[in-house]
Amino acid sequence: MATAAAAVAQDTAGTRDSVDYNEDVVRLFTLATVFWGVVAFLVGVVIALQLAYPVLNLGLEWTSFGRLRPVHTSAAIFAFGGNALFATSLYVVQRTCRASLFGGRDLANFLFWGYQLFIVLAASGYVLGITQGREYAEPEWYVDLWLTIVWVAYLIVFAGTLFKRQEPHIYVANWFYLAFIITVAMLHIVNNLAVPVSFAGVTSYSLFSGVQDALTQWWYGHNAVGFFLTAGFLGIMYYFVPKRAERPVYSYRLSIVHFWSLIFLYIWAGPHHLHYTALPDWAQTLGMTFSVMLWMPSWGGMINGIMTLSGAWDKLRTDPVLRFLVVSVAFYGMSTFEGPLMSVKPVNALSHYTDWTVGHVHSGALGWVAFVSFGAVYYLVPKLWKRRELYSLKLVSVHFWIATVGIVLYITAMWVSGIMQGLMWRSYDSLGFLQYSFIETVERMHPFYVIRALGGILFLLGALVMVYNLIRTIRGDIRQEAGLAPVRPAAAVSAE
Amino acid sequence: MKWHAIFEKNVLILAAGILITVSIGGIVEIVPLHTIESTIEEVEGVRPYSPLELAGRRIYMREGCYNCHSQMVRPFRDEVERYGHYSLAAESMYDHPFQWGSKRTGPDLARVGGKYSNAWHVAHMIDPQSLVPGSVMPQYPFLAENALNIGDIAAHLEANVVVGVPYTEDMIAAAEADLFAQADPLGDHGGLLERYPGATVGDIDGNPEVLTEMDALVAYLQILGQMVDFSQYTTEDLRQ
Ligand code: HEM
Ligand code: HEM
Repeated sequence: MATAAAAVAQDTAGTRDSVDYNEDVVRLFTLATVFWGVVAFLVGVVIALQLAYPVLNLGLEWTSFGRLRPVHTSAAIFAFGGNALFATSLYVVQRTCRASLFGGRDLANFLFWGYQLFIVLAASGYVLGITQGREYAEPEWYVDLWLTIVWVAYLIVFAGTLFKRQEPHIYVANWFYLAFIITVAMLHIVNNLAVPVSFAGVTSYSLFSGVQDALTQWWYGHNAVGFFLTAGFLGIMYYFVPKRAERPVYSYRLSIVHFWSLIFLYIWAGPHHLHYTALPDWAQTLGMTFSVMLWMPSWGGMINGIMTLSGAWDKLRTDPVLRFLVVSVAFYGMSTFEGPLMSVKPVNALSHYTDWTVGHVHSGALGWVAFVSFGAVYYLVPKLWKRRELYSLKLVSVHFWIATVGIVLYITAMWVSGIMQGLMWRSYDSLGFLQYSFIETVERMHPFYVIRALGGILFLLGALVMVYNLIRTIRGDIRQEAGLAPVRPAAAVSAE
Repeated sequence: MKWHAIFEKNVLILAAGILITVSIGGIVEIVPLHTIESTIEEVEGVRPYSPLELAGRRIYMREGCYNCHSQMVRPFRDEVERYGHYSLAAESMYDHPFQWGSKRTGPDLARVGGKYSNAWHVAHMIDPQSLVPGSVMPQYPFLAENALNIGDIAAHLEANVVVGVPYTEDMIAAAEADLFAQADPLGDHGGLLERYPGATVGDIDGNPEVLTEMDALVAYLQILGQMVDFSQYTTEDLRQ
């Protein structure tokens, strides 16, 4: 425990005034996180409404569900999530190493603008119909190449900063960030191997086909979840929960076990996306087994995060920022329990192809990924703009409650509609015929699609409350509020 | 846990440790899939897509149909009754990329070929709700208006050859002609049908003057699931 505790303590110690931290690039990435978050939620609401009211597809090429859904998933995962990971990792690595970013300002700025260019190229491509047609790997070959360049630069900046650290140990959050960066590089490169039709054109054909392509794609897809949406965000957890709670990480030993077992097991789990398909059984069985095992390190990590509050539980009542962080870890626990369950073949027989999957996705995406990012952003903005506190902790609390109600509406609607549709597909009447035509099952989804859209609208409104709060914070306003707020002594703030 | 200090104190050792740890699972699962021969069942009939079908497949991907439709029938009684014989790995062996999908907002399409007429598909794509009132599918009227613009179709076939699809020299030489002949009611379909047995030929979208995106998409939909004659095989033959 000593190391982890020491590492958390080290950046409050105040001896690092001499280090010239690059906070400009962290500020840019933080703003981009918030901006793309709102875009992703807005497009999510649009496509949710399109499923409830198909006229909203407008009959135009650029606005149909099929083209906008990848805009939503990429904006949520790569733009919102990705910028949150850049912002936090570049902040955390500097603080915990007591070193400024390797490569200097220019390389850092290249990371920022290079990554935004990637997002814009990818998203505008989808709207115009340029896509590889594989979930979460839609960008075409030239966008993939560009991302590879940016990613290698990211690895150089991050690992270079670790290399020149002034602390003896590499702090645990950085292990997770490093694993995320390295593994995403591997996944991205292998999964996107493709042959362009012409170097002057945008289309390509993937190197693999059929069953091999399917497994490679879900090896990639599941580990986009495992390393982008999980390992990276666990890095956020391991820094921001202890910092905000002002407690050391619960168990150093557990961190080590958590880290190695998580990254080892995740890679195997891809075939659970291909249960009962033409993928050979041995691969499905391997995928199922490792997915069930994955439950253990996942919950080990959750326990490590939540128990960090030992002795500081009262802060949950007074500090809504900490509440975002801790509840996100609880949602992480929930979706990593549900995931292994859905990996069990008989369960997957029911859940696969239905909204149950979509519900699972969003309990992870909204509850875990988005909440932990909100917590980190609320923590970072006053620090980065040198403000004493946020403009309003009450508004953070308002955001928390609106968003939570939104999530509950979203995922319960999807559980009900998913299980209902799965059961309807397989039900027989007394004469031994299929009881429902496909379209009957679609018609029954309508009320749930409406409830889901309402949940999404609430989630979006919450994010807009955050935007307002952050703008006022950046302007330097502080709202007079009683009750909430662990307003920390000004001395401690100015020492940072 | 003193031993762990070696990872915590050396970036390179930590990075190497990570890379090794995350490589194992993928290697064990993916490599055998390329080497075990029984992975792809031995069945007859699976052929490369005709140029028009291939163009239609690109439109299927462009519009993101895979976001709502699967092309993978699982071996369950209800799915087999609803959609037809469960899908084989062999049936998508020339699919670069695969389009199995992961969500059935709409029904599975692995065996939609031959299930409806061309006219039905055209009307359905233009306005799904006119045929299926409760459908949530978007309308695609522009497909019938847009002339097909795939660029150099022979180059598409050649790129497929590079990734392993057995298009012959013959097929590549005839690609451009085949592309137009397939949906032309007056076209010469003999050679085409020899190269691509079972392809849908003749006017597809009711507009023989122009080769449209609709022609291509429907040609693709009509071949889905049609290549293998399942009456020739028992379950035993299809074991992986
Ligand atoms: C306002 C918030 C959101 C709304 C209303 C929303 C809505 C939707 C809708 C309607 C779909 C399509 C479901 C379908 O095809 O049936 C979807 C898919 C998806 N969304 Fe969201 N979303 C939101 C936030 C997020 C966030 C924050 C993330 C990630 C960090 C995310 C990740 C995804 C993913 C990965 C999918 C694809 C799921 C699958 O293929 O199973 N969403 N979302
Ligand atoms: C122990 C951890 C987890 C396991 C074993 C797991 C397992 C699963 C399973 C079995 C599916 C359904 C596959 C299908 O039937 O198509 C699934 C889908 C998905 N999960 Fe998880 N899950 C886990 C954690 C998470 C977390 C934390 C997130 C998000 C942050 C997440 C995001 C997703 C996404 C995006 C999909 C949809 C993929 C698609 O497009 O089909 N999962 N997961």
